[in-house]
Parts: sequence; structure tokens; C-alpha cells
Amino acid sequence: MPVLELRNISKHFGAIQAVNDVSLTIEPGEVVGLMGDNGAGKSTLVKMIAGNFNPTSGQILIDGQEVSLSHPVDARRNGVEIVYQDLALCNNLTAAENVFLGRELRRGVGPLSILDYNGMYKRAGELFADLKSETRPRDLIKQMSGGQRQAVAIARTMLSKAKVVLMDEPTAAISVRQVAEVLNHIKHLRDQGVAIVLISHRMPDVFTIGDRVIVLRRGRKVADKRIKDSSPEEVTGLITGAIEQV
Amino acid sequence: MSITLEQTIAKQESTWVRRILKSQTFWVVVAIIVACPFLSWLSSAFLTDKTLFNITRTFTFVAIIALGMTFVIITGGIDLSVGSVLCLASMTLAVTMNAGYSLEIGVLVGLATGVAVGLFNGVLIAFLGFPPFVVTLGMLSIARSLAMVVSNNTVVFQFGPDHQRLLFLGGGSTFGIANPVFYMIVLALLTGFVLRWTRFGRHVIAIGGNEHAATLTGIPVRGVKVAVYVICSVAAAIAGIVQTGWLGSVTTNIGAGMELQVIAAAVIGGASLVGGAGTAIGALVGSALLEIIRNSLGLLGINAFWQGTFIGGAIIIAVAFERVQQLRTKD
Repeated sequence: MPVLELRNISKHFGAIQAVNDVSLTIEPGEVVGLMGDNGAGKSTLVKMIAGNFNPTSGQILIDGQEVSLSHPVDARRNGVEIVYQDLALCNNLTAAENVFLGRELRRGVGPLSILDYNGMYKRAGELFADLKSETRPRDLIKQMSGGQRQAVAIARTMLSKAKVVLMDEPTAAISVRQVAEVLNHIKHLRDQGVAIVLISHRMPDVFTIGDRVIVLRRGRKVADKRIKDSSPEEVTGLITGAIEQV
Repeated sequence: MSITLEQTIAKQESTWVRRILKSQTFWVVVAIIVACPFLSWLSSAFLTDKTLFNITRTFTFVAIIALGMTFVIITGGIDLSVGSVLCLASMTLAVTMNAGYSLEIGVLVGLATGVAVGLFNGVLIAFLGFPPFVVTLGMLSIARSLAMVVSNNTVVFQFGPDHQRLLFLGGGSTFGIANPVFYMIVLALLTGFVLRWTRFGRHVIAIGGNEHAATLTGIPVRGVKVAVYVICSVAAAIAGIVQTGWLGSVTTNIGAGMELQVIAAAVIGGASLVGGAGTAIGALVGSALLEIIRNSLGLLGINAFWQGTFIGGAIIIAVAFERVQQLRTKD
């Protein structure tokens, strides 16, 4: 059963048709590259899954159940997590504090409970080990490399046992050397059975770790192919419109 | 290559010593420790009971408000209204007790004044998106004017049936410690605890670090921001209530210009005006250093007109330190 299914999703902003009748399914443990030019509707589509926008029409199903995601909190409650392009990290806090931001561990009873720093450091360390990332839970974010910051943002999604993780341009802002590190993090996340939607401009990323590629153009889905049946040239053609549809 | 991933993750980069050496608060403490013998050598009047008594007295009130201001500054905000709020809370307390009500009711009225002002500031800033500077600058004027309205611009020195209890509240001592100092220590411990050991404290610090990120991770950013302005105004009200008991009278010019000392104290103690950093102990040592500087200027025979220059200069120097550190971490 697909973990995430969209059925005939559309979104209008006034007269503008941002997303038009898009249907897709994603299985657990699958990495799907979502590609398209600027303005193709990628962000709008992702924002509907993340609970930022309500679709004008269509249905969103998670684990076969129709859900209404009218707020980011609803999405999170249904197991959808997002890694934002800017990562949404606080530079002045430690890696562990960022992982647990908004969901801090506490010990003690009721109003007398205090933050459980040791518990948070320990759990964050385990998550970084799962990601095979050399990230120290007690280090401040401002001392970290781009790859380590990505690990922190990804570890945050693992905390809640997410079913679907949406990643917005995870390799856009980091050095070439660290791209491999981030792609490895994504693989380790996938190995835990998480479905990953990878929004990316970078063809090599999608072709390295993707199982499938979905191409949007002018709000419509123009391709949904297995990576091994496609090629970067074909996808480029689909993005630009040189190839109409496959 | 014999180091495993687990060992790398478990490794701790910064030791205690290094962290302490890097903190601004530590160097301010060093400055105080160095300054005291030097000043007592320069002026025989410095290490006398009377001078120390004077210093603790004035510094306590600044420190109590600086604790509240630290919350606001950590979120990246500023509260310019504290001096006027101190005055307004003192005046509502004084007028209430003067009308024959008990100390308890008077204190409640004073604290409620602080809560009301804080809510007004906080809601305008957090929910309507007003710049903190503008809102609290407006409140600086409003609160002092209201204090004049409430008291008809008179001096209140009769506090009704509980007159003596109010004087003890501000001027007495508990377990051998002057009451204001006692309150300051309790409030500092409370502030330190909240900042370090509660979710609320972490959220305050997170908002100062990256407000957008804090919103995305589901922290109730607006609620936290309203809360910090309420905390700051209540701290000003507490200082006002205690100071009323200490002085035994209230005029409509108490607390005038105090906002600058409070902000300077917090910043000297290591609170960052761009947000994201600040501690309770920093607020205390910042207030102490500021007061020692002020007091020693007088003892050293330097004209009192120079005080403002030194306080203003201290703020600018503290911010300069911060800038240097920022530039260094950028490289």
C-alpha cells in the first residue's frame, strides 16, 4: 500500500492554476525526485502535502486514509516531516537542542519537570550514528559544516518516526564535497523505511539516489518514470517542454 | 582510522575551562575583582560599609529589572519603558495603600500594573508586528504620564495602615541580608533556572537565534514574545514596589533614565542585542560593574556630569566586543 497518495490534486490562486489535476503515489522506502522548472508547481504541491496550503480540489491519502492537512501541525501528526531549504536551525543552540526544538525531552513530574539534557544528547547521538554522520550533539550549529547541518535537520525528522519526509533542495546551499555526505544521509533515512520526496534542481542527485522521478511542467504532471527507465537528457527535455509528455 | 563513529560523536569539543574563558560574564567578574582593590587603594572611602551599602542599594534595583530585560533582549527585542513602568507601579501601589488598603492589595495592584503594561507591549509587538523600539518608547512616555495622572503629580509618603510593613518589605532584612538583595538573589536563581531548565527558556533562546526556524518547528513564538514583555514589566514593577518601601516615598520622577542603565547592565553582562544570548548571572554582574564604575567616578572626584558618558561608552564597548566575536566566527 502506498504511504502517500495524491488523487487529482489541484490548486488555484485566483485565475492562476498552480497545480492542475496531479495524481501520484509513493511507497515506503522509496526516494522520489520531484523536478520541474521554477514556477512548475513543485513548491505549491509540496506545501499542500506539508499542510501549508489547502488543495482547491482532490484528495490526500496517507496509509490509505484520506487526511485533511490544513495546518503544518496536522501534517506532522500524520507522519509528514519537512526539511526546509534553509534547514530552520538555530545557530546559537547545540545540535541536540535543535533536533529536539519544540519537542524537548523532560524528566520529573508535572510542573516540576525539567529539561533532560543527557537524554537529548544521548538520543541525538544515536540518530547521528544511524545517519553515519560525524556530528557531535553538544556542538553549536554555528560551528558546523553544511553536511552536518543537514544531518541535524534530517535527524529532526527521524525523531518522530516520520513516514514521509519532504526535502526541499537539500544540496542547493552546500559545497560539492558535502553533497555526497548529504546523499548518504538520505540513503540511511530511506533504509529505515521512510518515503522521501526530493525536490531538487540537481539532476545528478535525483539520478544517484532516486528510485523514481516525477516531472511537473506548468502545474501538470508530465512524467512519472523509474529512474532506470529514464535519462537526464529525457528529464531535461520534459522540464523544458522539448518533450511534451511521456 | 581506529576511531569509530560513535567515539567521534561522543567526543566533546569544548571543555568547561574553554567555555568559561570565552564568556563575557567571566571577564566582567574579573574586571570587578581587579577594580575593587584598585579603587580602595585610590580612595579610602571605597571599601567602607557606607559605600558598599550605597552600591548594593542602587545596583539591586537595576539588577532586578535587568533580569527581566535579559529575557526581552535574548528574543532580539528591547524594552525602553522599564523606568516609567517602575514609576507607574510604585505610584499605583502608593496610591492604593494611601487610600487605606492593605499591603497585599497594594502589591497586587502594583504587580497587575506591570502585567497590564507588559501585555500591551507584548501584544502590539508579537501579534501586530510593531517594532519593539517604537512600542516601548511610546510606553516610556505613557506610563510616566499615567503615574502623574494617578498621583496628581504629588509626592506620596503616607501608606495607610500597613505603612510600617511596606517599609520593612523594602528596607528591612531577612536572615541578615537586606531585603532587596534577598529578592534579587531569589529572582536571579529563578531566571537562571527558567532559562536553562525549562522549555520556555529554550524557546526564548531559540527565537533569538532564528525566529523563522522557531516558528517552523512549532514553537508558539507569539505567545513566548508576549510572555517576555510581561516578565520584563513585572520585573520593573517588583523593583518599583521594593524601591518604594526602601525610600519611604514616591515621586513621579523615580526610575527616570533607568532604562539605559538596565539595558547597559544586561549588555555588559553578555546579553546580545541581536538576540540569542544572555544569562541571569550576566545581568547581575553587569549591573554590579556599572554601579561600581558610577560610584567610583564620584569617589575619584570626577564631575558627576561625566557619568552618562561612561555608561553610554560602556554599552558601546560591550557591543563592540560582540561585533569582534561575530566577525571572528564568520572567518
